[in-house]
Amino acid sequence: MTFEDFAIGVGVTLLLLMIPAIYRIVVGPTAIDRIVAVNVIGTKTAVLLVIIGVVFGRVGMFVDFALAYALLNFTGSIAAARYLHRVSQRGEDAPFGEEGN
Amino acid sequence: MIITILSVVLIVIGLVFFFGAALGLMRFPDFYCRMHATGKGDTLSSLLVVLGFALYQLRDFHDFSHDWPVLLVILKLLAIVVFIFLTSPTSTSALADGGWEDGIEPIIEPGRANHLKDDCGPAEGHPAEP
Repeated sequence: MTFEDFAIGVGVTLLLLMIPAIYRIVVGPTAIDRIVAVNVIGTKTAVLLVIIGVVFGRVGMFVDFALAYALLNFTGSIAAARYLHRVSQRGEDAPFGEEGN
Repeated sequence: MIITILSVVLIVIGLVFFFGAALGLMRFPDFYCRMHATGKGDTLSSLLVVLGFALYQLRDFHDFSHDWPVLLVILKLLAIVVFIFLTSPTSTSALADGGWEDGIEPIIEPGRANHLKDDCGPAEGHPAEP
């Protein structure tokens, strides 16, 4: 078994470990639970991009993708956290529960 | 050979922590418990897996003048490690703060005090102290 086969196995395992996060996105129960699950999937995707680079033998290219993806993921979760903060400080209905309105 | 074994060990330990984080995200009863599981487990496991692959790149490195692109790739992988190490706890903290401001009540054993209220102050969405 070469290291590439092992890397493919690790990638498939990561893909399977995304299923609990997708379950959390579907089931809920609050909006911010879903944001946390999306954040988890984003972190896993950044690692998965590195694994794809190792499998294809082009790590130098895919590492840049992974770095950009991690940056976007961080920006998204920070923006969601700031949004929830603002909404609650304005005293309006926070996006708590099934639909945020 | 020993580099490959070490990187495989690092990656497998990382996968175990990924499994723990996913299990905690699926099974824990409370938003704050789930933040706890994912915030710690995801950070450490991402670090371990990416470090394992960075260590594996080192097997192509023999002399500096010919193999310096490998060193650049390792440096970029270490940049990802440092970036995840800085940003993942930050976003976990910000999201937990946003959840508290959003009015999510933690599950607390009856008879125990809610210390989050002392530390973070009363939030808009929470009922007043009885």
